[in-house]
Amino acid sequence: MMEKIVLPEIKDLHLIDVYIQNNGYTAVKKAYSQTPDDLIDQVKKSGLRGRGGAAFSAGLKWSFMPKTTNKKKYLCINGDESEPGSFKDRQIFEFNPHQLIEGILITAYAIQVDAAYVYIRGEYHKWIKLFEKALADAYTYGFVGDKMKEKLGGNYSVNIYVHKGAGAYICGEESALMNSLEGKRGYPRVKPPFPAQNGLWGCPTTINNVETITNVPAIINKGWEWFSKIGEPKHPGTILYGLSGHVNKPGVYELPSGTLLTDLIYNYGGGVPGNKKILCVIPGGSSMPPLRGDQLEGVKMDAESLKAVGTSIGTGGIIVMDEDTDLVKVLARIAKFYYHESCGQCTPCREGTGWLLKLLNRISRGEGSTHDLDLLISVASNIEGNTICALGEAAAWPVRYMVTRFRDYFEKRVSREVTIPVANKVHSMRGTAIPLAPIKD
Amino acid sequence: MSFKFTEENINKINEITTHYPDKQPAVMAALYIGQEQNGWVSYEVMEEVASVLEMKPEDVLGITTFYTMYHQKPAGKYHLQVCTNVSCMLRGGYKIYEHVKDKLGIDNGQVTDDKMFSLEEVECMGSCGTAPMIAVNEDYYENLDIQQIDQILESLKNK
Repeated sequence: MMEKIVLPEIKDLHLIDVYIQNNGYTAVKKAYSQTPDDLIDQVKKSGLRGRGGAAFSAGLKWSFMPKTTNKKKYLCINGDESEPGSFKDRQIFEFNPHQLIEGILITAYAIQVDAAYVYIRGEYHKWIKLFEKALADAYTYGFVGDKMKEKLGGNYSVNIYVHKGAGAYICGEESALMNSLEGKRGYPRVKPPFPAQNGLWGCPTTINNVETITNVPAIINKGWEWFSKIGEPKHPGTILYGLSGHVNKPGVYELPSGTLLTDLIYNYGGGVPGNKKILCVIPGGSSMPPLRGDQLEGVKMDAESLKAVGTSIGTGGIIVMDEDTDLVKVLARIAKFYYHESCGQCTPCREGTGWLLKLLNRISRGEGSTHDLDLLISVASNIEGNTICALGEAAAWPVRYMVTRFRDYFEKRVSREVTIPVANKVHSMRGTAIPLAPIKD
Repeated sequence: MSFKFTEENINKINEITTHYPDKQPAVMAALYIGQEQNGWVSYEVMEEVASVLEMKPEDVLGITTFYTMYHQKPAGKYHLQVCTNVSCMLRGGYKIYEHVKDKLGIDNGQVTDDKMFSLEEVECMGSCGTAPMIAVNEDYYENLDIQQIDQILESLKNK
């Protein structure tokens, strides 16, 4: 049985005393006896990559923070977890909050900030309360805040604050998160400048996912070499895989990176109810390109392996769909989500997500034509790459890849007879006088 | 009808502003507090938030309308939120949603005549592994079937 790093199976680990009995808050002491540069170096060498979707090297991200600046610096922890299919961070808030706090303490010291914000989605009332309780205990014990200097020695202290979101998916995007934290509408910002230069209140800022930071204490305690040997060398460590949809035992499974997707579904997830065949699997949360049921053999769950098969690890949220699933309805539901969550800043995304939804609803009602399938791909391709943030891609990928990879399936759902779409009709009427409708009062 | 924060709530908001370099970041928390005190976020609540945090009322309005968790009209005593996103959908989220609609006789965004229940179809709540789900105000009910929904609604009615 593989050792678990982020969610060890220890009873009542969420209680500060139990956490301390199990070697808790020893990594932070060890870390504070070293220089910040040493810590960044260790995390870099460990190969720890972000668990929020982009799988970017955490140590490298930290190293972007300017060493000398007369501005304040900030650390943000992204706990906005709203990607459909992803439900891992709430397990950390519930079962291992102190390891997250310890990770924040080490990270904050490594990048030399004196304030860290944990942004948690507003719907997670229960988990916000659980985390706040843990944080209050850590303050009382002197691990956080002014008392740290006495407790941990040295001359460093940091405050940790919880910031509660209010139901906007886009705030999981790091620059939107910063705007939200500043008390503004959660609009993503244009990059560059990147947060490490110009983040919260114009100051250098690092933003990391909850799961990423929870790995840090283990890396410091057991050494980067140990961590770098777990799972796939290019994406080492364990990953919290969230298994949902048509599986017998849905849930979060912490397993080494590179675990076989089929292993996750059949061994850990107990297979598909009724032993049905799998039609489709989305491997990393709803915004990642889906895989066909016949593409799953030998697919390993880590960033590089999934890239090789034309998808992405995302947040590790695996959604399984059996052969009886109505894929058109599923895709229409996904499109509805992105239509709802588009912040409205960029025209391609604001308008395009609406068109994707309308087209998919039309197909789902049985009124679609083969032309609509091409139109879907065309609209999706015009969103992708033309927006400030990655929500554009998140909305476009599922549509583009689902329609391409399941072309036969979709063709069966549309009429072969191509009716001239309204758009073309309007186009052909250009230059002709269109009678204006009478104005009614 | 004007709205004023209670002294206790003013103190709460003032404490929250100390977490940040300026007052504005406390706006999200202040709106939650206003919503709790008033039941929903009315223009008066927004004006009060603006005056407490030294912001422009239009900026507070902009924030209120951006986020989905601020009620801009009165909600029921029990605000029911049913997730119908993919993972819930695959496990019967829509069945739950339709059932609740039928049972209460209201549609998305509506409130029952007795002001007991309001209904909202929500996006992913992070209950994918315990789908389908319903949230009643702040509490999650997960791994549901139709019978359990009936039980939950009954127990809420009798509370």
